Amino acid sequence: MSMPFYVSPEQMMEDRADYARKGIARGRALIALSFKNGILIVAENPSNTLHKVSEIYDRVAFAGVGKYNEFDQLRIAGVRHADLKGYSFSREDVDARNLANQYAQMLGQIFTHEMKPMEVEILVAEISHKKDDIQPQMFHILYDGTVKDETEYAVLGGETEVILGRFSPLYKPNMTLSKAAQLAINSLSGSERDLVPSDLEVAELSIANGRRAFRRINGDELDGILS
Amino acid sequence: MTLPRFSPDNDPGPDFAALIDRFGIPAISNHEIIGKLPHGTTCVAIKYSDGVVLAGDRRATSGHHISFRAMEKVFQSDSHSGVAISGAAGPAIEMVKLFQLQLEHYEKVEGKSLSLEGKANQLGLMIRQNLPAAMQGLAVVPIFAGYDLRENDGRIFQYDVTGGRFEEASFATTGSGSLHATTVIKMGYEDQLARNDAVTLAANAIFEASDEDSATGGPDLIRDVFPTITTIDVNGYEEVNHDSVVATFMEIIETRTARNGGA
Repeated sequence: MSMPFYVSPEQMMEDRADYARKGIARGRALIALSFKNGILIVAENPSNTLHKVSEIYDRVAFAGVGKYNEFDQLRIAGVRHADLKGYSFSREDVDARNLANQYAQMLGQIFTHEMKPMEVEILVAEISHKKDDIQPQMFHILYDGTVKDETEYAVLGGETEVILGRFSPLYKPNMTLSKAAQLAINSLSGSERDLVPSDLEVAELSIANGRRAFRRINGDELDGILS
Repeated sequence: MTLPRFSPDNDPGPDFAALIDRFGIPAISNHEIIGKLPHGTTCVAIKYSDGVVLAGDRRATSGHHISFRAMEKVFQSDSHSGVAISGAAGPAIEMVKLFQLQLEHYEKVEGKSLSLEGKANQLGLMIRQNLPAAMQGLAVVPIFAGYDLRENDGRIFQYDVTGGRFEEASFATTGSGSLHATTVIKMGYEDQLARNDAVTLAANAIFEASDEDSATGGPDLIRDVFPTITTIDVNGYEEVNHDSVVATFMEIIETRTARNGGA
């Protein structure tokens, strides 16, 4: 008869966290920062069809790093949740805080109860539609359901510490779109390499865009920012 | 409300109607109400050189009674398309709301928009689902118009109550005043109309329909309520601003006054 072997709960959680962290660290990072008109999200992503940054609702955006299929599953759940809520109540009733809590619940549940934790870190970003008071809000949610809320910036994914070291001393509130994008891109790349437009995925949540605040920045516009 | 999760074989995909169905929210009310619910009336769509004009009056009637004088019947469905509705007002507005959501939901889940053809078919499907209610007098008969970014052309689709979809080459009308509106457009239509001429033609069509049909509302000078006129071209959906709509109708009124009301 084989003996059931004992693993302490601390050890089990530690192992799961290590596993998730390793998966996330393998991927490339992204930076979200608030700027003059809202929130800018810059991700290092060589694919232009498999998005890391997407629209959830009128004022809410989603960004994920780690395993694509896992955060994409979360993204779709978020779009469904937001559209259902907006349909049953009102468009104004859809907010990032509630969505972030739902994500945290789900990730926490999966982390403790399922075979394998999700190897993802996600960000739910939101702005208000008021011109003089954008109220940028970012919820950074980890693989185990930990939620951190930020109003200025958040860095997700591999080498977070190094990128933060390059980014945070230079960050200023109320930057223009191109200044904000340049800072984010330089912080992601570091001094040893250059990132070209095809390596990047850039999107903004901006009050200038009307009801649906989310807009992708690509093509000539991105070339212009980089040059 | 918790985050919706589905197993891969049970996933509704980008279909919002299927999604709300899973949650037991009835999409379009199929209540057995027969009788005098508010009905919307005349809407027209006209193709011009760069796109499509979509216009509609603002009156809703219940039998011989005017229920609303400022009802909107022309709606933006997404960046490059719009719907104009006639028929039972309640189900029609609900249908448009669901249609708008369906397009946006698809776009967000899939990461790209449906083709214009796909959007037109989707609306046909929704009208067909409303057929049981339509048989009881709650028919919804919209016009769908949009700018097809793949074909670089404005396109107009008309429907019948069963969801049958018919693409029109130059113009379409719907609602109780449509006979009169059609005649006006037929008299003034030309291939490759300029935008302004198409807007004026649409205004004339609505004006004459309102003159002949009691269920269609014309320009309401007392309340400053004017028919809605919108254009859809390569730059997207845009409502013609209130001042130009007023100017267009005032010109029509002046011409008719000069003729002493005669046609």
